[in-house]
Amino acid sequence: MRIIADTGRCVGAGQCVLAEPTAFDQDEQDGTVVVLTEHVAGEALTRTRQAVQLCPSGALSLAED
Amino acid sequence: MTRAVDHRALNFPAQRTCPYAPPREYAELREHSPVHRIELPNGSSAWLITRHEHVRAVLADTRFSSDRGKPGFPSLLAGQARTNLSGYPMMISMDPPEHSAARRAVLGEFTVRRMQALQPRIQRIVDDCLDAMLAGPRPADLVTALSLPVPSLVICELLGVPYADHDFFQVHTTSLVRLSTPPEERSRSMGELTAYLSELVSAKQAEPGDDLLGRQVLKQRENGTEDHGALVGLAFLLLLAGHETTANMISLGTLILLENPAALAAVRDDPALTPGAVEELLRYLTIVENATSRVATTDIEVGGTLIRAGEGVICLGHTADHDPEVFAEPERFDIARGARHHVAFGFGPHQCLGQNLARLELQVVFDTLLRRVPTLALATPSDQLPFKDDASVYGLYALPVTW
Ligand code: HEM
Ligand code: SF4
Repeated sequence: MRIIADTGRCVGAGQCVLAEPTAFDQDEQDGTVVVLTEHVAGEALTRTRQAVQLCPSGALSLAED
Repeated sequence: MTRAVDHRALNFPAQRTCPYAPPREYAELREHSPVHRIELPNGSSAWLITRHEHVRAVLADTRFSSDRGKPGFPSLLAGQARTNLSGYPMMISMDPPEHSAARRAVLGEFTVRRMQALQPRIQRIVDDCLDAMLAGPRPADLVTALSLPVPSLVICELLGVPYADHDFFQVHTTSLVRLSTPPEERSRSMGELTAYLSELVSAKQAEPGDDLLGRQVLKQRENGTEDHGALVGLAFLLLLAGHETTANMISLGTLILLENPAALAAVRDDPALTPGAVEELLRYLTIVENATSRVATTDIEVGGTLIRAGEGVICLGHTADHDPEVFAEPERFDIARGARHHVAFGFGPHQCLGQNLARLELQVVFDTLLRRVPTLALATPSDQLPFKDDASVYGLYALPVTW
């Protein structure tokens, strides 16, 4: 699955970084989400799904491919 | 069988019977009338939202405005239609696009990594407070010794506020959050604090130091948007939003751990369990019960009920975080629950900016307290403790402990 992050919606709560630190980081300057690995599978995918659920601003989604 | 609520009889705010569970009236609303119209102390009306699903939906929907000055925005203060926070602009009271711009400007100061870098300073603050408490007489009041000074010192460090001015802050922020404070006293505290912060910002503008306010001054100067009032509003908001909240979580969190010896022992023996314990404390306590209010800017349906433009809504986060549809056996305190989808920090674009600072402070406090004071015990039975039933943020006025 591929991670799609909309930095325009991101409010920098960092929920994604707490949920799956190998996939997400935050920009040093403006604090918005940075995707570290676009493609996730296995346990990382489970935790990424959690991050999608937890994200307060609806900035994250997952796409097939 | 649950008895249906007599809708006209519901007094708002309702009083708790158990100090940790939502009032019975709210739990009944959540089951039978989850979007429910009530009368406020000032005679106006608003909708109470009690289900987790609906609370998240309302807080994520920016058609519900956060503007505390808008007509219809729910006010819990008797005889007062609106709350004017300080006269300075604050992001908590803004809507997009102003909100997004104001929040973006400081987001970089609150990243998970930035907060983790503060760990050694927070550790030192906690150790200093505990040194002083352990050197003093027993029993001691944990609220005075630890809960109030730790978050106050952390925010002051963040903003670059001199230590000598801390007592002043605690007196005035406490008077602001207590619902029973007379209006004159409330506005006097507001005035004292804004005057002080205004001078602090002027000092940072004259000499920008390496702290949050100093960096904001330089950043604004670079963009040609230097704005004294916006910085005073920011400083005031961080103080208001980050002091009393974290303090109450320290007091109540310590109490809950003392009352759950198995959880306490588990956390003391394995610090890897602390983040999960903090998350469960946040859910279980959800101390910010009433601040997550909004006013509809257009007609919006929530759970099949039509909320009209101009009507206020109050999201009861604590009741939502005890929603049995989402959290199995919600009245059970369980540090292994692994439930991070609580609304203790709100939801949507206004979700707490300082949440990862708060998490870190709580983790350092509980780890250090349990390790350094392994014999910590209540000095007053828990049913005689002064719970803050009259404040907009739930907590304790005092927590006598011994060791
Ligand atoms: C455990 C402690 C804390 C709790 C329970 C808490 C809770 C909340 C909640 C529920 C909101 C959302 C309000 C709304 O939707 O209108 C909020 C917003 C906010 N909090 Fe916290 N908070 C805590 C600690 C802190 C700390 C330590 C800081 C900063 C130093 C902070 C700064 C803020 C700010 C600036 C906002 C407004 C964000 C915005 O409007 O975009 N909070 N907090
Ligand atoms: S959880 Fe959502 S809002 Fe928060 S940093 Fe990640 S993408 Fe941004």
